[in-house]
Parts: sequence; C-alpha cells; structure tokens
Amino acid sequence: MSEPAGLIGAMRLVVRRELTLAWRRWDEVTQPLIFYLVVTTLFPLATTPELAVLRTVGGGVVWVAALLSSLLALESVFRSDVEDGTMEQWVLSGQPLAWLLLAKVVAHWVMTGLPLVLVSPAVAAALGLPGSVWPVIVTSLALGTATLSVLGGIGAALTVGVRRGSVLLSLLVLPLAMPLLVFGARSVEQSLAGQSAAGPLQLLAAMFFLAWSLGPLAMSAAMRISVEG
Amino acid sequence: MWTWIHKLGSPPHAFRILERLAPWLGWAALIVILEGAYWGLVRAPADYQQGEGFRILYVHAPAAWMSLFVYVLMALAAAVGLIWRIKLAHAAAAACAPVGASFTFLALATGSIWGKPMWGTWWVWDARLTSELILLFLYLGYMALRSSFDDRDRADRASAVLAIVGVINVPIIHYSVEWWTTLHQPASVTRLAKPAIALPMLVPLFIMLAGYQLYFGWLLCRRLQGEILRRERSAGWLKEIG
Repeated sequence: MSEPAGLIGAMRLVVRRELTLAWRRWDEVTQPLIFYLVVTTLFPLATTPELAVLRTVGGGVVWVAALLSSLLALESVFRSDVEDGTMEQWVLSGQPLAWLLLAKVVAHWVMTGLPLVLVSPAVAAALGLPGSVWPVIVTSLALGTATLSVLGGIGAALTVGVRRGSVLLSLLVLPLAMPLLVFGARSVEQSLAGQSAAGPLQLLAAMFFLAWSLGPLAMSAAMRISVEG
Repeated sequence: MWTWIHKLGSPPHAFRILERLAPWLGWAALIVILEGAYWGLVRAPADYQQGEGFRILYVHAPAAWMSLFVYVLMALAAAVGLIWRIKLAHAAAAACAPVGASFTFLALATGSIWGKPMWGTWWVWDARLTSELILLFLYLGYMALRSSFDDRDRADRASAVLAIVGVINVPIIHYSVEWWTTLHQPASVTRLAKPAIALPMLVPLFIMLAGYQLYFGWLLCRRLQGEILRRERSAGWLKEIG
C-alpha cells in the first residue's frame, strides 16, 4: 500500500489518468475538432463564398462554432466516470471533490479546448480574417473555452444522470455562455477594425477567473447530488 | 423565533397559513390592479411624443420588473432549500418558476407590441429586450432540468444549484448585452430612453407594480399549496382538512 496522495498529488493523478484515457480513445478527442471544422464550413455555404463578406461575420462564426463544439465535447465529460463508479470513489475518497473535478476539467480542456484554439487561426484564415487578428482570436478563444469548460462542467454534473442529457445541457449552458460570446466575438471585431481588443479580452479574463474560482464549488455540489441521489 | 420558523416550515402549518392568506392577497391584487389600470389607462396624460401608445408601459414595465424579482426570489428560495434542507423552500422555488417565466413572456410580448408603433418593427435587438429573452431561456432551462428528474428530491437540489449559478450570471448577462447593443446601435433607441418621467405618469406605474406584486403573492400562495398537496399526497394530515 502506498501513502495516500496529497491534494496536489491526487490532482496530478487525475490529470494523468485523463490524458492516458484520451490517448487510448483518440476519436473522442478528434470528433469535437472535426465538428468545429464542419460547422465553420456551413457558414460560407449558407451565406456567400466571398471573403470580403465572410470577413465581417468571421469572428462571430468562429465563436459560435467553438461554443457548440465545446458543449458537444462537455456532454460526455463525466458520463463514463459516473457509470463505472469512479465518481463514487472520488466522492468517498476524502479528497476535496471540487479540486478533483477541477483537475478533470483542466485535463478535458487540454484535450478538447486547446486543439480547437490551435486550429482556429486556420479557420480564421479560411474565413478571410487577416493574420493581424489571429493573436486576438487565439487569446479570446483560449479564455472563452476554458471558462465554458467550467460552466459546461456544472451543467454536465447536473445532467449526468438524466435521459436525453445532451439537449438539456445545451439548454442550460448556452444562456449562461452568452456573455462569453458577446465579449469574444466583440474582441475579434474590434481587432479587425484596427482598435485595441484589450477591453473585451480583460472582461473575458475576469469571467474566466470568476468561473474557475467559484465554478468548481458548484460543480462538486452538483456532482454530489447526481451521485448520491 | 426559531420555533416559529420551524413551524412555518412544516407543510400542514404552512398550508393553513397560505389558505388564510390567499384570499386577502387575491382580492387586494384585483382592486389595486383595477385602480392602477384606471389611473394608467384613463387618467394619466398622453405622452407628448408617443401619444396614447405609451400606456402599454403600465403592463410592460411591471411585468419586466417582476420577471427579475421572481428569478431572484426563486434563487433565494432554492438557496435556502439547499443550505438548510427545507423542503418547503424547494417547493416555493418550484412554484415560482412558471410564474416568473410567464411574467418574462408578458414583458417580451408587450415590449414587442410596443416596439411596432415606436420602432416600426416587432423586434429590435435592444439591450433590454435581448436580456429579457435570455432570462426567459434561463427560466426554461430551469424548468426543463426540474422536469427531467423522476426523483423529486434530486430535481429540487439539482435545479437549486442551477438557479444559484443563474442568478450570479444575470447581472453579467445584463451588462454584457447592454454593452453589446450600445456599441452596435447608438442612436436608434434613445427615443425610448426618456428623460425623467412625469409624476402623473409615474404614480399609476407604482400602483400597477404593487398590484402585480399582490397578484404574484396570490399566485405563489395557490401554486405553493398545489406543490404541498402534490408532495404530501400520502400524508395523514390531508385527511383532516378533508
């Protein structure tokens, strides 16, 4: 028997386990990314192939697609753990559940949010957005998807035991995520117009810190209800 | 003091209090709303810009105000239920949600009807309309989550978490939307951002607001009684009431 892990050790174990699992089930990581690319392809087909027109809505398209794709990935974030009893062990483990779930969300973001952020310059280029706005797109999406991971994590913890949970999750989380969309798309738009995007980015950062400080508490409360109930 | 609160939390006791309270609130609401409607729709002077059309304000503004008030009340009740494990508070939150959603819908519908003569369209992406719409989505999400559980206790606690998360988000949503619209459409809505409203127009508004509050109080009493009956349907004390 080894020594019981400390808090940091336990979190590290959770992250490592998640990354190992993701490595073995590669399709779960790539699917949201492909979904993201497919959704962004829909917009030029539905509106116009002209880059000059697409450029005006490009920031919004990237953001809407990222929001939907992240939510799609978040739907299953806790499902297998709850179904095979891992989550019950976490609840009973004596470690603070909020921190374990936070570690889980971090790992989840690294696997689904980060790739999405990394391909977004390519998507932006395809939508006619100039290279000067890429840093803003990457920064805003990184902050936004990380915040959404926590918001969606709360929703996923609430709906994990529910039939047709995926539609319900979107219904719960999308209204809460609308400020992210406002600030995110706005930052891209401002940067495209040649203005400083610092204002909306700072607001995104504020929401990021709010979500990451209070969100895990709500997540653990929700998870206890789902597991114990 | 504490025994009084504990007594209030017991379903039979609360049911009897609500039964006694409801008719008072109901009749008071009817009288005050009629009074407010008379003063607002007949006696208040017509607006110099909007003519008679502005009178829909007396239906619209209290509904919009109530939609937020009910949401905050619902979240408070949910928090009380979650923290002190009071079933009655959960029942109150459950009773609030559809009423609040209805107020939100009323505010949206009247706002849209008001917008037709004022803005020339049924809908504009105005800050107040948009954040009201998002509030409606929040209510609908809350109700959807509540109805998706078979177990009432779990439905209570899960939806309570959602209500609390939602109420923290309401100001963020409000200000983000406000910021978004002020940047996008600067001048088109300033017509409705009136200067200080004249006193003869303001007084009926407050009367209507009081009327809406009383009406909500009456609805809450009756809905809460319904919730108690549904939750306690196998309890012995119900037979005593008959």
